[in-house]
Amino acid sequence: MVAQARAGRRDFLRNAFAAAAAGLAVPTLVAQTGPAVPGAGEAAILELPEHSRGLGQGVATDGYGRPSQHEANVQRRPSPGLTQTSQSSVSFAPLQSMFGIVTPSGLHFERHHQGWWDIDPTRHRLLLNGSEPAMLRRPMVFTLDALMRLPSVSRFHFIECGANTGMEWGNVAVPTAQYTHGMLSCSEFTGVPLITLLEMAGANLQRGKFVLAEGADGSSLTRTIPMQAIRSGEVLVAYGQNGEMLRPENGYPLRLVVPGVQGVSWVKYLRRIELGDKPYATKDEAIHYIDLMPDGRHRQYTSIQECKSVVTTPSGGQVLLDRGFFSISGLAWSGRGRVKRVDVSVDGGRNWRVARLQTPVLDKCLTRFSLDWVWDGKPAIVQSRAIDDTGYVQPGYRQSRAVRGTRSIYHNNSIQSWLVQENGEVKNVQVA
Amino acid sequence: MSRLPDQSGWRLVFLLGLLGLLVVFGATAATASDRFPGVGRAATPAELAAWDTDVRPDFRGLPPGSGSVAQGQDVWEAKCASCHGIFGESNQVFNPVIGGTSADDVKSGRVARLTDQGYPGRTTLMKVPTLSTLWDYIYRAMPWNQPKSLTPDEVYAVTAFMLHLGNVVPQEFVLSNRNMQEAQARLPNRDGMTTQHALWPGTEFGGTDRADVRARACMQNCPDAGRVTSTLPDYARNQHGNLAEQNRLVGAQRGADTSRAEVVAFAPAVPVSAATPLAAVVAKADSAASNSKLALALSAKYACTACHGVAQKIVGPGFSEIARKHPGKVDYLAGKIRSGSAGVWGVVPMPAQNLPEADARIIAAWLAAGAAK
Repeated sequence: MVAQARAGRRDFLRNAFAAAAAGLAVPTLVAQTGPAVPGAGEAAILELPEHSRGLGQGVATDGYGRPSQHEANVQRRPSPGLTQTSQSSVSFAPLQSMFGIVTPSGLHFERHHQGWWDIDPTRHRLLLNGSEPAMLRRPMVFTLDALMRLPSVSRFHFIECGANTGMEWGNVAVPTAQYTHGMLSCSEFTGVPLITLLEMAGANLQRGKFVLAEGADGSSLTRTIPMQAIRSGEVLVAYGQNGEMLRPENGYPLRLVVPGVQGVSWVKYLRRIELGDKPYATKDEAIHYIDLMPDGRHRQYTSIQECKSVVTTPSGGQVLLDRGFFSISGLAWSGRGRVKRVDVSVDGGRNWRVARLQTPVLDKCLTRFSLDWVWDGKPAIVQSRAIDDTGYVQPGYRQSRAVRGTRSIYHNNSIQSWLVQENGEVKNVQVA
Repeated sequence: MSRLPDQSGWRLVFLLGLLGLLVVFGATAATASDRFPGVGRAATPAELAAWDTDVRPDFRGLPPGSGSVAQGQDVWEAKCASCHGIFGESNQVFNPVIGGTSADDVKSGRVARLTDQGYPGRTTLMKVPTLSTLWDYIYRAMPWNQPKSLTPDEVYAVTAFMLHLGNVVPQEFVLSNRNMQEAQARLPNRDGMTTQHALWPGTEFGGTDRADVRARACMQNCPDAGRVTSTLPDYARNQHGNLAEQNRLVGAQRGADTSRAEVVAFAPAVPVSAATPLAAVVAKADSAASNSKLALALSAKYACTACHGVAQKIVGPGFSEIARKHPGKVDYLAGKIRSGSAGVWGVVPMPAQNLPEADARIIAAWLAAGAAK
């Protein structure tokens, strides 16, 4: 495919040169079915294609439109051997093929703990209660009908699995940005602030220090949710995603949105909220999603996704088609606020240039950056480094490992390096 | 976790009236509940009891009950061992549950192996600091394909058996809601956690605001740029499939064709060949996949895929292995699916599966025809 693309360009140049040498004018019109005159120009222009000469398809051929058949390569994919079952597993979003900041809902990364379901929304309920009666005066039940009657907000936020880039803590393990960073997505979520529901139920927000969120699927996944994010109105009980309902794989019909916090806290198929005065030490905060430190202790209740970035084009497993101009482009985000600046290096971190940030630049949301680059055909190591509005600077591998070791699994936000080789193929490497 | 067996409507009304008198708190809460009249309703005590089953580290929410190590062994071998192994040691389906802890750990409350950089893995028992976590999770989510089917007594029993496998409690131990604290005090990694970090938003855990990893943003001639310490191994280049098929067909770059050795030179090394029209590829895939799609969807629906991989053995044989062994035998396979099977593929029996015969026959027909993906 690469060879074809490169050859196509070369043939065109050769033909153009031949045409110029022969002193022929490039014809402006060619018989529709006739062969191109050698040297006259490119067949893609000179030979009119079928879609220019025939009648196309009618409206609503497909009641829910799908991507072009030519985009079939752009899919979320699992990492072979990472898990032994498909129900407790992960699929990674194809970051290397995406533009802007919004993840198309069908390409949103997946993480299921006990398989996904497509739940009948008319039978789904959300229950609010207290760990004891005094914590919440009026335990309540909400149907989707009730929740959707309430005033809603719509906000763009990233969601990242705490284990994103976890396979790379010790050394390079996987080939592409999809597998290094693809447990990352970004959507516009629509829903009701959880604080509104808690207030409706008469929550005692002085005594209540922790919230438990619980799912309705087989795993009934539970997580302790930070009150700070609830009090601020940031935590949403969401039913909308990118203008339509949530996808079943992402929690249809109801999920929690906890901006800036790792994805496991964004409980899918949300069925229950409990307000309490103590944390819960659930399976996914006492056995998994705990970060092993070099001293043998695990960090518990690690939640915030710290400032991080990755260059998505060019990135691992891709081949540059030619030397010359490229727009280096990637994504930056911070669980603590907005991205303030992104720097890009093409020499492995010796020198850096400030990248352009594409608007919008939003709170706890992906931000797209880019930098102009002319590739001279020599080996280059491309990196990005994000800084958020708290002043936090994304660290390199040496700095991360000095504190966190290599066995943490979770919360690897180290700088990613891509080696552009002389043959144009980009390789995942680590610089430390 | 609250239990409200005697919460009557009258008590609620009384409580609401009482709290309404409290000026500050009452005012905000009353405003919120008055703002949206007609939206939502009160939960009933039975509804709360049905869903509020969580158990906290202080054992609030734990229902009464008990179970012995011996009873737990029966539950384990019937419902847990097929995934986790007879001794909780299996890594075939999930990470091992038991192993890696010692009598010294039971005394110290810290698992020494966690400091050993060379130790291969971490079992559940090496990590878990709170016994409530095991109890709560087993009750809500186990067994894997029949969550919430265990009684509290069975959960006590199977928890006791797991603790016994890890030499935390003796053979004759009976775990109950009255002695959970006693068992908690012997948990090997009970003192192995820390919340002293900056990754929790808020002050509830007494953590810190100060990030643990602190970097500078040097811009020019940075002295600590580092060097390449790790590169994607050659064997991993094609391990995720051909990357040419995982990238868009247009743009500034393509996916590398990792089905072939990497080309060294920049210029194309092979002549351009006619590409297969994409539509033809899609059409071929569609027709081949039409029967298998339904069968695979059904096998996922009935959780067959928890134990059978498409190509590889998990607990039971892979679908393609079954297909090779029993070509054309639709009736035989449909029967085996519905009535269970033992001894054909090894020691782990397959329990009888509760699914309609029509669905079993669809899966069986697909298997008998070769189990094409």
